Amino acid sequence: MKQETAIRLILLGLAMSAVGALAVITTFIMKEGLPVIFRHGLGSFLFGTEWQPNAEPARFGVFAMIVGSAAVTGGALVIGVPVGLGSAIFLSEFAPRRVVTFFKPAIELLAGIPSVVFGFMGMLVLLPFIREHIGGRGASVLAGSIILGIMILPTVIAISVDALRAVPRSYREGSFALGATGWQTTWRVTLPAARAGIVAAVILGMGRAIGETMAVIMVTGNSVQIPRSPLDAVRTLTSNIALEMSYADGEHREALFATGVVLFVIIMCLNTLANAIARVGKRD
Amino acid sequence: MNAIIEARGFGVSYGGSAVLRGVDLAIRRNKITAIIGPAGSGKTTFLRCINRLSDLAPGLGVTGGLSLDGRDVYATETDVADLRRRAGMVFAVPIPLPRSVYENVVFGPKLLGVRSRAKLDEIVERTLRAAVLWEEVKDRLNVSGLKLSGGQQQRLCLARTLALEPQVLLLDEPCSGLDPISTAKIEEAMQDLKSSLTVVLVTNNVKQAARASDRTAFFLMGELVEEGPTADIFTSPRDSRTNDYIVGRFG
Repeated sequence: MKQETAIRLILLGLAMSAVGALAVITTFIMKEGLPVIFRHGLGSFLFGTEWQPNAEPARFGVFAMIVGSAAVTGGALVIGVPVGLGSAIFLSEFAPRRVVTFFKPAIELLAGIPSVVFGFMGMLVLLPFIREHIGGRGASVLAGSIILGIMILPTVIAISVDALRAVPRSYREGSFALGATGWQTTWRVTLPAARAGIVAAVILGMGRAIGETMAVIMVTGNSVQIPRSPLDAVRTLTSNIALEMSYADGEHREALFATGVVLFVIIMCLNTLANAIARVGKRD
Repeated sequence: MNAIIEARGFGVSYGGSAVLRGVDLAIRRNKITAIIGPAGSGKTTFLRCINRLSDLAPGLGVTGGLSLDGRDVYATETDVADLRRRAGMVFAVPIPLPRSVYENVVFGPKLLGVRSRAKLDEIVERTLRAAVLWEEVKDRLNVSGLKLSGGQQQRLCLARTLALEPQVLLLDEPCSGLDPISTAKIEEAMQDLKSSLTVVLVTNNVKQAARASDRTAFFLMGELVEEGPTADIFTSPRDSRTNDYIVGRFG
């Protein structure tokens, strides 16, 4: 019995370490970031459009970065969700098994490519293409959206496929037996039944897009400005931290932590939302 | 003789092994034909071939002929969706779609483009009455079909199939999970329906075949042993294996 208890305690400790890491990170970010937000005022921090850490007095407004993150993430969803959902429907409903056994590992491999490689490809291929054929200087919201749209595909596809596969076979058979074609069955029965899981897939894809840093730095130009067109350069919240942390000190450093607080809150909200929706879906 | 479904030397193989062999069977119009036989005898497979739900199983091959109302079921020009409307199926496990009672019934008609609310209302009331369910659900047509009891769900599935106005009703062990009262209601509905359509009833319950059907076919290990009027099959079967099965000696 003593051994049982010991093993249980060890396993509990191991399980706690993940939660513990979260607790340490949360405390640290909050402790470092919150004071500067309150010193300058929450409103002027969130909605200020000037980010001048070296001016006298320094100005820390992250609104342009929030807009930048939102623009790039929104663009990524516009590109990634239709492609990802289409692939998921193909893989779960229409593809022959042989095709699936080839596609699924390929998509998983896409998830394993380091983000710096995505950024590199973006710089070498995408930016010149945009510059020459569409306009602007290349590094832009558009470029970030395309790269992120591709990067969220594995998340969107994998979770959507799981959601579609979880729809009981009997629903599809019932629909076919009532004279529905393959697509009518997918559109009217399978997709509505998998709705909650698909929404969760989109939200988790969104979380991935917001949190991505390296690839975004390499293709979005990083100027602190509110973009007027998809061809304008932007800086995201994550880029802001990564670009300036190496040389920041004092209040500037605290302001970068505060940027992290904003990110942290956004991502926490998205995860909670995804969990809540998944739970609602299970109850149906 | 007035057959609506005709199988001639009909065989099915699945992944190379034969599931049905050389079935010659004519199913008569406006009769209830029960198909009985032990598990694995191929009776459900036969049923699922009539509306080609068998297509959903990859690796399934058919030989011989099978026709519905004079039209070859497996002809390349067969419109499968139309075939499934002509031969409506009710499954062993009641599976309403995850939507309201009303929407379950009008699913088929809506696919055909019926939009008129009055027409849809009429279909819902008529088919739910035919399925002996109307009185129980008329005040809650908007609740989810999944909220009904098992017996009610099965009658809902019957109603939504009737909404297709099929020529043939394929019932795949429709009462296997139901209590005696729900079973009686389904059997009552079948008797009322046979004036307007043909019923093929696959059942594991020999007593149900005896009390509810006009004709009975006995399948064993992928072959049709015999078919005839239910009274004859149950009192004086020609094949001793039929007798053994009916009295419960095996299966």
